[in-house]
Parts: sequence; structure tokens; C-alpha cells
Amino acid sequence: MLSIVALMLALVGLWELYRWIWSSAGFTWPFAVDSTSMPHVWTVLKAFGQPAQVNQPALATILFHKALFTMKESVVGFGIGAVVGFALGVLLVHSRLLQRGFLPYLVASQTIPILAIAPMVVVWVNPKLPASLQGWGAVAVIASYLTFFPVLINTLRGLQSADARALELMRTYAAGRWSVLWKLRVPASLPYVFAALKLAATASVVGAIIGELPSGLQSGLGGAIINFNQYYSVEPQELWATNIVAALVGIIFFLVVVGAERIVVRRAPENTA
Amino acid sequence: MSDKQPVVSVMNVTKTFAQGNVTALQDIELELKPGEFVSLIGPSGCGKSTLLRIIGDLVPPTSGSVTVNGKPAKQARIDRDYGIVFQDAVLFDWRTVAKNIALPLEMLGWDKEKRRARVAEMLELMELKGFGDHHPWQLSGGMQQRASIARAFAFEPALLLMDEPFGALDEMTRERLNLELLSIWQRLQSTVVFVTHSISEAVFLSTRVVVMSPRPGRIAGIVDIDLPDPRSVETREQPRFFELVTEVRELLRKRGEHLLPEEQELL
Repeated sequence: MLSIVALMLALVGLWELYRWIWSSAGFTWPFAVDSTSMPHVWTVLKAFGQPAQVNQPALATILFHKALFTMKESVVGFGIGAVVGFALGVLLVHSRLLQRGFLPYLVASQTIPILAIAPMVVVWVNPKLPASLQGWGAVAVIASYLTFFPVLINTLRGLQSADARALELMRTYAAGRWSVLWKLRVPASLPYVFAALKLAATASVVGAIIGELPSGLQSGLGGAIINFNQYYSVEPQELWATNIVAALVGIIFFLVVVGAERIVVRRAPENTA
Repeated sequence: MSDKQPVVSVMNVTKTFAQGNVTALQDIELELKPGEFVSLIGPSGCGKSTLLRIIGDLVPPTSGSVTVNGKPAKQARIDRDYGIVFQDAVLFDWRTVAKNIALPLEMLGWDKEKRRARVAEMLELMELKGFGDHHPWQLSGGMQQRASIARAFAFEPALLLMDEPFGALDEMTRERLNLELLSIWQRLQSTVVFVTHSISEAVFLSTRVVVMSPRPGRIAGIVDIDLPDPRSVETREQPRFFELVTEVRELLRKRGEHLLPEEQELL
């Protein structure tokens, strides 16, 4: 904990030191430093306590609610992506034919930028959703589009990582496909799956924020980013504050997955992924 | 003993590997009576591990047949008639020692209470009491192998296949585990096929030692071990023990004339 605080302070110090050297020496490479390109850390921190617009609550309060909204989208998107990725992995690992038939398309799906498919997903998914899921439900689906892929690839790899002798041992027990899957392959795959879930945790936050843009949602961090972008030249500290909150959401999510891994994955210390 | 049905019958078994056209085993005939402890010994490439794996239906023979408990090897495997111990313990990292030992019992559909009782018994028997809740990586190599033996014996199979189980352990641990293995074998009255590189280990443990020679893998001779039971630390100091060790060594050497020099040095 102490080391985290020390690291934060060091980063703040570096930021301010860089600012001070560049502005006092008048360096213009790679960019000129002023209060627009690099606001003071304390300016950003102060922005949290003040309303962004007149007659509004403090920025921190607003961002807190927007962060909760985005978190809801990314948690659900993460969940959908993890389940779909894992299930596809289990399915494909049992059929070479399916793997060869489907995997190229699944890989291709990831080369399409998420911004290009997000509008279609909104149009396709939103009309089918009940009122309580309207809007943010489609964003969760967009987020899941970013999360299922690493989970799928690592699940495939992990399920194939079971020790050859362990498989032989299961053979001596005349174990069926399901027993081998649940008692050996899935537990053996968990370090790989969790490595992917860590990637997916942060990717789902990015997916949710990007997904909010074409959806025209104002309730989340994506909406806030678009909004504060327009005022950047005047009040850069508000976009910076939003970025800090977005990063915090990703970090919290990541840490939750790390915590879950500690509980679920029991391995020799040198074998944890 | 001769009137009882053999636990293992290996009939005219030949195994060739398509890759490189190697004859791993040629015309192997072998019969194991109930309660026997039979070691397979020979230099690398004599097919002793392959023979063990054919008995366990982990690889098929090219020709010939194997019966276990009077059934084809495959049926015996499906009926879980044997337990197996590999050179490595092959414990599942994500299970505690107790849960590892319970694995075959789960596969056999034992209920939880019965499993717990048997696992406690096996932990006691293999001197692992107090380590049931540990994870495998927290144990020494010798203790891991003990857990692996406990797992193999847990469901009291009629036959135990052991593929160089103590090969990776140091000499002292090995001798202690030899004694422990003998006591559990006598207690559960099972039949054991034991693959080893060590002449003294084979003589010490076995009722019969099957000496094999390589290229192609054949049985060079079988030595009946008439050492008094139960064997103990003193057994290794008896003159008869040394006579039998010499007899096995002679058989290995006689059949090893066609070996490369470095392989002969191993004998």
C-alpha cells in the first residue's frame, strides 16, 4: 500500500518536474508545455471539487455516477464475453473441424474496429431489449465483443495444456470426456483463462466507453469524454479528471480479477501465470 | 498358488513402432499369479515400460494379447482393475493431497463419507497424516510419490502397475519407500508389476524378477527371489541377497554383449 502511494507521488513529481523544465526552458519538442497541454496536477484535482457547469453538483459526484454506469456496462459485457469465450473454447477444443472452420472468422472479427460495428450492434440489439436494458444493454454487448476473444484463445490453449501423464492417469480410470474436462482440463486451463480475464477486464472498460459514443448515451464516462473534449482548449482539467476516473475503473476491475484468481487458482507459486 | 487364475497373462505379445520400424517387444510370454510382486528390469530400450503400458491398455500390442483378471486388457481398464504409479507423482496441483488420493474414488462414484474414511486410512498408511490439506507443491518429492502410491492403492485394485516410481528419488528416500511399499503390498495383498532400473531394488522388493534385453525387447530370463518375508533393512545384508543380485546382473550382462560400450557400463 505504502509503495503504491510512493509511486503515485513519484508520478505526480515527474509530471510537475517535466512541466517545470519544459516551460522554463521554453522547449517546444515534442510539444510546447502550457496549462492547456499539461495542466497542473492540483488544477485537475481541484476540478473534482467544483461543478463543471453552473447549478450542477461537483465534478467528482457527476463522474462517480457516470463511472458506476460505465462499470455496469463493462461488468455485464465482461461477463457475456467471458462466458461466450470460455464456452466457445470448450466447444472448439473438442472438434478440430469446428476449430478449423470457425477460428479464422473469429480472428477476422477482431480486425474490424469496434467503432465500425458499434452502430450496427446498437441498431440490432436495442429494439430487442426490455426497457430496463435499453441503451446500456447494447453497450454491454459491444464491450463483450472485445472481451470474448482473449478468453477464447487462452481457454483453447489452457484446455490443451493438461499434462500428458495426467491424461493417461484419467485414461486408467476409464474417465469419460466430461470427467476429463471438469476434473483435469478446466482446472489446468485456469491460469491461462485468468491471464485472459485480466486483459478482458480492462478491455471491457475501453469497450464500454467506446460503445457509448455511437449509442449517444450521456450517462456514462464515454458521454462525459465527448462532452469535455469540446471544452478542452478552455478547461482541459475536466477531461483529465475524467480520464483519471476511467483509468481508476479499469484498475479496480483488474484488481477484482486478480483477487478472484488468488482465491480460485491454486498452483505452485512458480506456476502461476 | 498355481491353481488360481492368473492376474495378468501376456500371450505372445509383440510391439513394433511404425516410426523407425523399431521392434520394442518380441514374443513376450508372462503370467502373474495373485499376490506376486514382479519386477521388470533391463537397460533402456528393452521395452519394459512399453510392456507395462500394454498391460494397462495405454498402448495396444501389435500382435498377441493381454488379459487382466481373465478379461481383455481394455475391459480390465474400463472396469478399473488396476492402479498406476508413474515416475513423477502426477498429482493435480489444484487439489489438496487428500483430494488427490480421493480422485479414483470419485471416478468410481464412492460417496463423500466413504471417500473421507478411505483417504484418512491411506494417509495414515503412507505416513502422510497431517498433510491431507496441503497442496502437492508443498510436499517433498518423496512425500509426493507417497501420495501418488496412496492414490493408486486407495480403491484396492487387484493389480498395481508401477513405472519406475522411485527413479527420481534419492537413495535414502528410495529405500524407505521400498519398505513402505512392501508393507502396504502385504497388507492389501495386491499383485504388482514394477518397472525399475535398479537391480538391488528389484531383488529386494520382488517375488520374481523378469530380466529383459533390448533390440528387440525380449525376456532374457526370470529369477525367483526366495528371500524370507517380511523383508527388512537386514534383508539387504544377507548373503542370499547378494547371490540373487549377482544372478540378475549376470543375466543382464550375458544378454548385453551386443550392447554399445556405454550401455554395458550401466550393467
